[in-house]
Amino acid sequence: MMSTKIAISGLRVAFSKNEILKGITIDVHRNTITGFMGPSGSGKTTLISVINRMIDFEEGVHMEGEVYIDGQNILDGGLNAVELRRRVGTVFAVPTPLPRSIYENIAYGPRLRGIGDRIMLHYIVEDSLKKAFLWDEVKDRLSLSALKLSGGQQQRLCLARTLALKPEIILLDEPCSGLDPISTAKIEDALSELKKDFTIILVSNNTKQIARITDFSAFFYLGELIEYDTTEKLFTTPAIKKTEDYIQGKFG
Amino acid sequence: MRINPRFTNKFVQIGLNLQAFFTVGILVIIVAIICFKGLPYVNFEFIFSYPQDMGRIGGIFPSIAGTILLALLSILFATPLGVGTAIFLTEYTKESRFTKIIRFGVESLAGIPSILYGLFGFIFFVIKLKMGWSLLAGVLTITIMILPTIIRTSEEAIKAVPRNLRIVSYSLSATKWETVTKVVLPSAIPGILTGIMLSVGRAVGETAAVIFTMGSSLRLPTSLFDSGRTMAVHFYILAREGISMEKAYGTALVLVVSILLINVVAYYLMNKAISRYS
Repeated sequence: MMSTKIAISGLRVAFSKNEILKGITIDVHRNTITGFMGPSGSGKTTLISVINRMIDFEEGVHMEGEVYIDGQNILDGGLNAVELRRRVGTVFAVPTPLPRSIYENIAYGPRLRGIGDRIMLHYIVEDSLKKAFLWDEVKDRLSLSALKLSGGQQQRLCLARTLALKPEIILLDEPCSGLDPISTAKIEDALSELKKDFTIILVSNNTKQIARITDFSAFFYLGELIEYDTTEKLFTTPAIKKTEDYIQGKFG
Repeated sequence: MRINPRFTNKFVQIGLNLQAFFTVGILVIIVAIICFKGLPYVNFEFIFSYPQDMGRIGGIFPSIAGTILLALLSILFATPLGVGTAIFLTEYTKESRFTKIIRFGVESLAGIPSILYGLFGFIFFVIKLKMGWSLLAGVLTITIMILPTIIRTSEEAIKAVPRNLRIVSYSLSATKWETVTKVVLPSAIPGILTGIMLSVGRAVGETAAVIFTMGSSLRLPTSLFDSGRTMAVHFYILAREGISMEKAYGTALVLVVSILLINVVAYYLMNKAISRYS
């Protein structure tokens, strides 16, 4: 039985006078991959930046509505956003390794939480790299600068770094937009494995990718949620014409 | 009529080469003259013995010690203050009238001639706070003098750290302070070090501000309240008062060599810092 992990209701977000999200209501289910798709300007990225509260770093933001994670409203003023970001990990579109070694990139989050024990850290680093399907490629050179890795490897490093936080939710903002098909396949394989333990939201403009690996799909257009259903249903018999046009590549 | 672009290219290339050659040439000539004039007088004894008869005979050990003490202590005071100010200006405040005023103040301070710092140090530290001509008064004055350089270079170095790195750090559940200390500052270290090195150069080479505040005693300063003399001041007095041109050139050579050494060491440290964080 599906249970709700993230419940968003009536979410409105405006930058200055410019309304980006116009009342979004959506439930994201636990241990699934949910795809957010839509042409640029549809508000997908803004939506996930609310879920991890990275939107706090933007200026002139006005928000209304509620976002519950496990029943707790994360837009509540009293919420500790730093602690929230440990529970909600993020992988950004551009792979951004920190300028330090592979090992230290992965250990960054755990160290912040006060994990200094070498054996424990080694275990976390190895485990995270394995889950991100990167371990075999880097196990002999963990002290190499992460900047020396290829783009695809860097993105899997970023995924591993997020996993090392032991989050509950992983947000991926077009993680494969700059990657070659082989690197993309590796990330997709990793994500399909990871959904057993995490709730994953995948933002992508690549409808084929959404169709391949997600369980649920949401189609956004100009700040509104147009259609949300199981991926199978949405891609075979979409209820709304606009969704069908988008999936078939009539606009984007 | 159009000039052949290949010709223009060649012409510019030769021109730029000449300019670079000219710049390096001047440096080489200065160093060569100082070496030529000073080398005969510099030996182990010159560096490690005390001056006698106003510096006509003997060595310059107290001036070397005075220079090192002044530069080191000034850097020790100015670095935390300057880098702290830079962090505040870049990470902890939004651009506002307030930051603009601070920045304007810093820039104005940077443009003041050093003799005015000397005068201020003399009136405020030496007279008003009754420090007398002392290492402490010198250090405080030089600290104020080099602060703008450290603030500006640190600020530029911190601003040059990509925003992406900060965002990633926050997304990995770091607080602002953790992000500043673990991500921003390490990446900014080469730039900050450059500012510190420039400041060391200024502290070591300064005369006007030092004479007014640290005085020009030939003794070895053994406490913060002792007067002392830096190499630059020693050189100035030896040459200006015609005491001994030989010893003046010897002092100049030691001064130039130590500045070169400081630069070499700084580059070494900088490269180490860069390779460690990239």
